[in-house]
Amino acid sequence: MIYLQVLANGLVLGGLYAAIAVGFSLVWGVLNVINLLHGSFIILGAYVAFFAHAFYGVHPFLSAPLAGLLLFAIGYSLQGAVINRVIRAPVLMTLTLTFGLDLLLNNAMLLLFKADYRKVVLDPPLGSIVLGPIVLPLDRIAVMILALLMTYGLYRLLRDSKLGRAIIAIRMDREAAALMGVDVMRMQAMTFAIGAFMAGAAGSLLSIIYPISPLNSITFLGKAFVICVIGGLGSVGGAIVGGIALGLIESLTALWFGQEYAVPISFALLVAFLAVRPTGLLGRRGYE
Amino acid sequence: MRTIVILAIVAAFFTALIFGGNYALRLATIFAMYATLALSWNIIGGLAGYPSFATAAFFGLGTYASAILQSSGMPMLLAWPLGGLTAAVFAAVIGLAILHLKGHYFAIANLALVEVLRELVNINDRLTGGGMGLNLPVTQGGVTQQAVYFLAAMLALAVITLLSAAAVHRGKLGFALRCIQQNEDAAVMLGVNARLYKAAAFTLSAVFPGMAGGIYASWVHYIDPSDVFDILLSVKPLVMVLVGGLGTLFGPVIGAAVFLALEEAVWRSFLTVHAAVLGALIVALILFLPHGLMSINRRRLGAGRT
Amino acid sequence: MSALLEIDRVSRSFKGLRAIDDVSLKINAGEIVGLIGPNGAGKTTLVNLVTGMYPATVGHVRFNGQDITRLAPNRIAKLGIARTFQVVQPFPRMSVGDNIAAGALFAGGSGSLADARRRAMELAQQVSIADLFDQPAETLTLARRKRLELAKSLAMSPKILFLDEVNAGLNHVEIDDALRLIGRISQSGITIVVIEHVMKVVLSISTRLVVLHHGQLIADGLPEVVVRDGRVAEAYLGKRYVEASRGAPA
Repeated sequence: MIYLQVLANGLVLGGLYAAIAVGFSLVWGVLNVINLLHGSFIILGAYVAFFAHAFYGVHPFLSAPLAGLLLFAIGYSLQGAVINRVIRAPVLMTLTLTFGLDLLLNNAMLLLFKADYRKVVLDPPLGSIVLGPIVLPLDRIAVMILALLMTYGLYRLLRDSKLGRAIIAIRMDREAAALMGVDVMRMQAMTFAIGAFMAGAAGSLLSIIYPISPLNSITFLGKAFVICVIGGLGSVGGAIVGGIALGLIESLTALWFGQEYAVPISFALLVAFLAVRPTGLLGRRGYE
Repeated sequence: MRTIVILAIVAAFFTALIFGGNYALRLATIFAMYATLALSWNIIGGLAGYPSFATAAFFGLGTYASAILQSSGMPMLLAWPLGGLTAAVFAAVIGLAILHLKGHYFAIANLALVEVLRELVNINDRLTGGGMGLNLPVTQGGVTQQAVYFLAAMLALAVITLLSAAAVHRGKLGFALRCIQQNEDAAVMLGVNARLYKAAAFTLSAVFPGMAGGIYASWVHYIDPSDVFDILLSVKPLVMVLVGGLGTLFGPVIGAAVFLALEEAVWRSFLTVHAAVLGALIVALILFLPHGLMSINRRRLGAGRT
Repeated sequence: MSALLEIDRVSRSFKGLRAIDDVSLKINAGEIVGLIGPNGAGKTTLVNLVTGMYPATVGHVRFNGQDITRLAPNRIAKLGIARTFQVVQPFPRMSVGDNIAAGALFAGGSGSLADARRRAMELAQQVSIADLFDQPAETLTLARRKRLELAKSLAMSPKILFLDEVNAGLNHVEIDDALRLIGRISQSGITIVVIEHVMKVVLSISTRLVVLHHGQLIADGLPEVVVRDGRVAEAYLGKRYVEASRGAPA
């Protein structure tokens, strides 16, 4: 029966993971830019929630949209000022650029917030519910639900709004989209900004589960990578499938081999997927 | 112009050695190591155009392989090449799985490798000491004597790497890699065995960093996973080559010198923000000088020579 | 006498679409075969199959008796099969000379880079681009790029050469030059397959005509005969036109 618990753990985590990765996936799939800042964006969102809670008692769930908006602004300006210049450049350039930017942001956060691990402690704590043989902490379930709602929101935005259609058009064919009257530059900035929004909001949500520190940003970046490659790039569905897959992989690995194997095994699977099925489970072709 | 720069570097190098004392010796050793890493990366990243981020993996493997061998009594001079061999074998095997990937996917596979290796080393602590690190047998001789010895070792490695890189650049392998970089599909149709040449380039980009890792481990006497499987060790050689000129023979050496000079200056003045300054330098490099320092030169001399 | 190249009941599908459908064809040494057919007929796909870009889903391709159906493209190149691309594929930042030398070095049997460069100079002179030997390939005009492409494939010392739309984008004078060049190549002993759109061009040099339509081989024989074949007219002009023109007075 322990398997049911492990499965449940994995699924619950999966929802959050999907939200963590969907912004990353969007930027990669549409702009062909791997945003190495994504992990730091998530941490920044977590800090917003932490400080809002510590100083003003604001619940992280309420901070999420706030954090999202802050990151949206940061993302939009960054894209316009810097990233736009390298959109057509070879992979080497874009990766190194975002790496350099991340060094800057991460170091800035280390200076501002110090490396100490912070955690948002809710008072009173939410407790757990018991469903038969499974015990599920309520805070995780709440986070999962909100994360999935956020992800669903993005999905509707992409499908139903004019903005969303424009972004998808760029993903399919940038030149054609431009010919159709899409303001490609602005849409690119919007895409990056939306990716940052999702990162910031997800960061707020996870502040009640994970300890926060700038040293952690690489952890979340790594998860985003694994989710995108396993699930499939550029689609919300891919992020969800990948998120759930990673959640399950981590839970099962912890059970079978021990917690410390979770990360290396998920990365090893990443390499394996890249070797045989780089387009991921959902198979939508990302950019090379 | 390029010859002047190279001669300047060599002159500065020997001046520092004669007058600089142990600090200069240490700096020179790091320069030799950086040059080795950059020259090696250039073969797969600059010539073949495959953005490798695996240098840290190769370096780390070299440190641990060599350190573990030495703990069992093997002499340094034997352990170092074996460290290089370990890295080379790893590259050859992994290459089979990932060299067919292009662009982003290839880069990510590399990054993931570094992470996987680091964690595996961490976990297998009985063999590797895990997070507590590994101590290496102490070498004989006084501080300066040791410093000179390890400088000589690193320097010898750097020279070997440079000679190998020159052979690649001027020979059939370099020619093939350039073709692959500019149009891989056409190259294959023209008779180029791309799989073989890419594997050769990837393996070559691993063997020297592996040996450098071995020498490094003996030099500092203590290694731990986060130290040697550090992504920065993959990114720095890349940046050095970008600074010096992608795909050129001496670019990596020039880039290593410039980068080291900047790094030392920044370390001494901006300790707490040195990562940020490095980041800013990288950003500035990509945005304003994507073809490296040599391009300033060309612009001043007037465009026209390719 | 056995054929130089034998395409034996070859089919190739792409996600359910049959691009090549049960094609059999024997090409003998010394021929100049014109491969024609309307757009989308599968001509380039057939060349891709023979040169190993992707394998046939069904059937076999044999070269000098050796089964090359699943061989890697670089090995097929070394065996003596070369092709030019419809959209030329140079190495843009390498010089014209190095571009040609690549062919000689990797498939043409040149032992060293120096040998390959010497051979490249000879070939550059043959196709009249020797004056551009040190220029980067990307600076060349289209007509010259086509000749570069030709020189590269000749450098491979091929036994059979597939020319895929060499004349696209060329004017009359350039086309005439190209045809003379093809004639000389044939005389030097290389078997040639010319894929062409322009009937006049292909008729003037081919010793044999092969017609593809919807991936199927619908005619194969002497040019004068094939041209009058009803099915060929249908393929190009459509059934209704042909029937209508039959009904009209001569």
